[in-house]
Amino acid sequence: MNHWLTILTLVPFLGGIVIAGLGSERKNLVRSLALATSLIGLGGALCMWLHFDAKNGGLQFVEKFDWVSSLGIQYFLGVDGLGLLMVLLTAIVTPLAILASWRMDDRPHVYHALILWLQAGLFGTFTALNFFHWFLFWELGLIPAFFLIKLWGGPKRSPAATQFFIYTMVGSVALLLSFLAIRLATGSFDFIELAAMAKSGELATKLGNVLGWKSQIAMIVFFGAFLGFAVKVPLIPFHTWLPAAYSEAPSPVTMLLTGVMSKMGVYGFLRILLPIFPDQIRQVLTPLLWLAVATIVLSAWAAFAQRDIKRIIAYSSINHLGYCLLALFAATAVATGVNNSDLQKAAALDGALLQMFNHGLTASALFLFVALLERRSGGLRGLDDFGGLRKIIPVFTGLMGIAIFSSLGLPGLNGFVGEFLIFKGVFPLAPWAAAISTIGLLVTAIFLLTLIQRVFCGPLNESWVKMPDFTTAERLLVLPSIALMFVLGIWPQFILGAVDATVVKLVQQLNF
Amino acid sequence: MNTVNYLQILQLAAPETIVTLTVLVVLSADLTVLRGKSIAARFNVGALLAILGCVSAALLAFMRHTEANLFNGLLVVNPSSDFVKVAILALTVFTILISTSGKFTDHVGEYLSLILLGTIGLMFLVSTEDLLMVFIALEFASLALYILTAFNKHNEKSAEAALKYFLFGGMSAAFLLFGFSLLYGISGSTNLREIAIGIVGKGFDPLLLVALVTTVIGFGFKVAAVPFHLWAPDAYEGAPTPSAAFIGSGSKVASFYILAKIFTLGFVGVEGSAVWHGYLSGWMPVVAIVAALSMVLGNLTAIVQLSAKRMLAYSAIAHAGYMLLGVLSNTPASASAMMFYVITYALTTIGAFGVVSVVEEATGGDAIKNFAGLSKRAPGLSLCLMIFLLSLGGIPPLAGFIGKFFLFSAVVSVGSNLGLLWLVILAIAMSAVSFYYYLRVLKAAYVEDATADAPAIKVPLLTFLALALLALLVILFGVAPGLLTQFL
Amino acid sequence: MLAWTIYITFIGVLVLMLLPRDNARAARIVALLTAIAGCVVAFVGAIQQANPGDVTTIVKVPWIPSIGANYYLASDGISLVLVVLTGLAAVSGILFSWNIEKRTKEFFAFYLALIGGVYGVFLSFDLLLLFVFYELTIIPKYFLIARWGSTRKEYGAMKLALYSFVGSHLVLIGLIAAWVVAKGQLGHASLDLIELSKVAFPIAFQHWVFPLVFVGFAILAGMWPFHTWAPTGHVAAPTAGSMLLAGVVMKLGAYGCLRVAMVLFPEGVREWQWAIAALAVAGIIYGAGVALVQRDFKFVIGYSSVSHMGFVLLGLATLNTIGLDGAVLQMFSHGIIAGLLFGVVGRMVYDRTHTRDFNDLETMQLGKLIPFAGVTFVIAGIASMGLPGFSGFVAEFQVLMGAWTVFPKLTILSGVGILIGVAYTLRAVQKGFYSDAPPKAVDHEHPFEPITVAERFGAVMLIGASLVIGLFPGLLMNWIEPCFNSPLSMFARLLVKGGSQ
Repeated sequence: MNHWLTILTLVPFLGGIVIAGLGSERKNLVRSLALATSLIGLGGALCMWLHFDAKNGGLQFVEKFDWVSSLGIQYFLGVDGLGLLMVLLTAIVTPLAILASWRMDDRPHVYHALILWLQAGLFGTFTALNFFHWFLFWELGLIPAFFLIKLWGGPKRSPAATQFFIYTMVGSVALLLSFLAIRLATGSFDFIELAAMAKSGELATKLGNVLGWKSQIAMIVFFGAFLGFAVKVPLIPFHTWLPAAYSEAPSPVTMLLTGVMSKMGVYGFLRILLPIFPDQIRQVLTPLLWLAVATIVLSAWAAFAQRDIKRIIAYSSINHLGYCLLALFAATAVATGVNNSDLQKAAALDGALLQMFNHGLTASALFLFVALLERRSGGLRGLDDFGGLRKIIPVFTGLMGIAIFSSLGLPGLNGFVGEFLIFKGVFPLAPWAAAISTIGLLVTAIFLLTLIQRVFCGPLNESWVKMPDFTTAERLLVLPSIALMFVLGIWPQFILGAVDATVVKLVQQLNF
Repeated sequence: MNTVNYLQILQLAAPETIVTLTVLVVLSADLTVLRGKSIAARFNVGALLAILGCVSAALLAFMRHTEANLFNGLLVVNPSSDFVKVAILALTVFTILISTSGKFTDHVGEYLSLILLGTIGLMFLVSTEDLLMVFIALEFASLALYILTAFNKHNEKSAEAALKYFLFGGMSAAFLLFGFSLLYGISGSTNLREIAIGIVGKGFDPLLLVALVTTVIGFGFKVAAVPFHLWAPDAYEGAPTPSAAFIGSGSKVASFYILAKIFTLGFVGVEGSAVWHGYLSGWMPVVAIVAALSMVLGNLTAIVQLSAKRMLAYSAIAHAGYMLLGVLSNTPASASAMMFYVITYALTTIGAFGVVSVVEEATGGDAIKNFAGLSKRAPGLSLCLMIFLLSLGGIPPLAGFIGKFFLFSAVVSVGSNLGLLWLVILAIAMSAVSFYYYLRVLKAAYVEDATADAPAIKVPLLTFLALALLALLVILFGVAPGLLTQFL
Repeated sequence: MLAWTIYITFIGVLVLMLLPRDNARAARIVALLTAIAGCVVAFVGAIQQANPGDVTTIVKVPWIPSIGANYYLASDGISLVLVVLTGLAAVSGILFSWNIEKRTKEFFAFYLALIGGVYGVFLSFDLLLLFVFYELTIIPKYFLIARWGSTRKEYGAMKLALYSFVGSHLVLIGLIAAWVVAKGQLGHASLDLIELSKVAFPIAFQHWVFPLVFVGFAILAGMWPFHTWAPTGHVAAPTAGSMLLAGVVMKLGAYGCLRVAMVLFPEGVREWQWAIAALAVAGIIYGAGVALVQRDFKFVIGYSSVSHMGFVLLGLATLNTIGLDGAVLQMFSHGIIAGLLFGVVGRMVYDRTHTRDFNDLETMQLGKLIPFAGVTFVIAGIASMGLPGFSGFVAEFQVLMGAWTVFPKLTILSGVGILIGVAYTLRAVQKGFYSDAPPKAVDHEHPFEPITVAERFGAVMLIGASLVIGLFPGLLMNWIEPCFNSPLSMFARLLVKGGSQ
């Protein structure tokens, strides 16, 4: 028995407690300690990545004990390719966020403790395989995020934080009620067991038998769970909390929110909804696909209409995750008359996983750039506040340009591979959806290019003549992200190799 | 006709005789030896003598286990009536104890002897089964009580109260006498058991009905049940507090004992029924109505009282209502429950009046606001007050609660179908109301602050001991009611 | 052993009464030692009990044989849970009232008398004895509030006392009626709960007497629409008073509902099951909704108590093992969490700022001035929202699970209640501690007194208890579950078929 995952989760958690206890005076110690803790987390995640058996699509690093046996609650941890990928993403983004907030002086001990607790919550969410245990971390992630927005956010932080919290809680409560119903019907909280029951059709029968309402109950339960994840991702029309939260949160926190927390929702779809409710998804597949398409297209248009850089990137986040969901939904389709449907599904899901990782990387990098830009502009970040910065801060412009191009899916950078795989898979499975979604691609390109145009090109805004370019430290800060963008663009196998077996298994799970 | 055996009478009436002798001793001691001494000294010595007499009478009544019936029920002695006598004597002792610190009179000897005379009347009242004797004893006791009420000559209210009490009392005596004479006319006897035989089979003679109603009215006045209660608040308020305590305790015990006796022994066969949906005319429904009215009106009126004594008067009316439930359920269990209730109630009431009398002496009034800050000015006294009032309100584990529990459960047990539950529900609902006004006094004592310069109240030692003993008894009978129930 | 919780506490009352009047320090220490001793005894006794599923007799001697009353103390798992809760609440309440200067000795005497009564209720298996202890708690409650409270204290105290008294009198009516009927069936008078739980009362009788007794107890449990005493009472009470009110006194009501009303009249419960559940959910939503719009900080917590107690009642109404488990666990959990919330608001905030009005608190930035209070409140708030990791979650989670089988629609509705709960807690956190409103010109020359050691201990103790139970609910579940699972238990005939498993 190994305890990799427990230790991985505990390190930031305990680190947070220690840091919170240090007090606000020793600022540098607090920061260094926070960074060190997050680097330990990164080291641990990398170690696991190396020890991970990529050929094996099943769960690894499993820890399983009885916790509250009478309630079917177990301490059950484990990762497959999907989980590990998310753990790695979390481990990468957190130190970046800590570095990005290096100059934060307001109660740094609390701030960093909260960030580390958020990381612990994320690690826990991505590794727990028993609902109770998982839900604990799912909510644990929420609270630090709330306070990070609430206490360190922009001028409208209070309503933003509250809105964020309440929306998420609505989803959580719905999710909770659904799982209570499931537990009642099946006596189990174990995701793996539940998936097996779903595959054999036992789940729906049991739900019907125990709770009555026969056929509808499974659907109601599904919608409860669906709501929980849809809010988190978010899917349109459950997204309205997001722009406010992302733009009001301090940028390093937004990095975590968009880079990792939004993945919690997608992860939930992959880990929980798809395996446990494939039937239900299939029954309402068309509306779901419409939702995904609407998310992609509308969010792109919405981003186009924004004037605040942070909001633009926020909406583009919705857009990018829309692709993931498009792929997920399409992968459940009963693909009659499609050649090699399994292959297409695998491609779509591979793409979705890759897209998750890429978006985490790219979006957090973009917010990092915004953070650095804000540091220079004194908090201004309107699209019209700048202009012609290219001439003054060329290095900054170049590096941010790379991130933007990665985001709009330029071949050779990481974003391209994911989106390509998604569209490759989805086209045969749900051609119309894929076709309409391409509008999203187009609009994304337009608004991102507009962003470059307005901020970096055009006539120089005279007030920024003295704006300093990147320092060496800052270059080093953004370097890892940029490097990874290239690496993954050229060699996606780095990720795909690890998740492929998992995806194949998932596809098998979906076919029956 | 047998010859009268005076020795036997003297033997059977020994407790009463002792008390009578005590009266003479107290009177003569006060008029001779104690002449010219301070009031306090006179009170102390007189009280000592009176208490000695009462205690020896009580011991005698308690120790003997005699059953006798003289002159066809004129004088009945049995353990049950003896125990009630003991209770009455004990209440008398407590009354005397709380009056020792009184400053309302300088006729100490007369005051004490009147209390004792009243006691004698009450003692005879409980040891008879003959209407004639009932009437005589009742009037004898009442006369003493009228005078006791008027005893505070410095207070106009006292005289007014006495007059009111006297007039109402006289009228009730008339009613009683009228009822009794009708009963005699119907049955040809004044003995309760013979009356019962005499009225059997007569059905509902209108005359019998009139007799029933007038008897209820007569006793209704005596126990201050609604709607015959109007004298009570004034009498309680105007009378010197110890007198009021005596009216509310000793006299109540005896009245209820004899009331139950008359109805259960004398009116056999015309009970009727007061059960829900099973009404039958007879004395029970009449008593039920009186009881219900007393509970409701007594409790509701008590809420708005500003004077502690008036509040206690209305609470006495309410409690009379509960006790009447015991009378009308008419089973051995309910009779013993009622006696438990009456005795513990009487102990508690004396205690409450005792506290009121101390407060009245110290602050010059008995308004509830005069109790403000009592817990600071006299912690022990206010603790006693709390125990008494909570017991009256029926809070466990005090005697008042257990009494209610006994009484109500005995009443509900009557018949097969919980028929009297409606009365019990009413009683319990009203008792919940009563909690409010008791709590108001406690609030004044424990929550409100006295004026800044209010000095500590000095509680006379004897009175305090009496009150503490009473409080202990109230707790004791609540925690271990078996101590009392074994005699009932 | 467990009976000593009662005796020790009352001995403490006596010792306090004998102490000299002005020695506040001695009074505090005596009270604290008594409470700790009681708490320790409760813990040790609870752990020692071998099989929590069975009723273990502690002492049983005849008391009033003529009516079948015994001095009968015993415990089963449910009693254990609540006794331990009482111990914890007692200690923390004293820690949070360390600063009482006005008539300290009397305060703690009343306080301990209340605690003693509460222990007594939880350990009594004789109906009369239970009732005696139950009523015994009313008086200290009244004086604690009326004497040491704030905001309309006399009104709040009187309202609480009268509600309790009316409730207990409803109970008394049912109790007497049941006693009479049982006497007819058994052939002898009995007040033994276990014996009575085997009596089959006539169904028609159960149908009318059950609501009487249940409502009588549920008034104290804060059941809507009989809850109105709760907010005013809580607000008026001194800190320790509200901690106890919410922490244990409301549990007395819920405990009575379960132990007396439901056990004696199972058919009655079945008849009224829907009504109870509907009222419970109404309470959950109403309490939460009203809490959302309060301006007084304590009112928020007061109404939240009503809302949380709704879960207890909902759990009771499910009549299946898991729902009842949840209800008992929720009693524990709410006791701890509400105690903590009141501790923060009453002691840490109100005693320092002398205001509980959000409009004033908003301008104070308390989160910065007394960070410990802020953090404690946040943690308590999180626990109160029912987020996982804290005891509230496991409890509400089981209640909802139990409710799913019986009232799916009501369950979904109560989800709305949880959400409003989140909203009002956030609002309170926001307005109370971390407001954005511009700080008012400083009118305090003196900074607030720092959070004392006693407060820290109290807060940490309660947070710890909630966390431990949240993460290891098995600790208590092992006591609660056997009570409902055993076919021989007094609850057996209460549980309908087709429960959770």
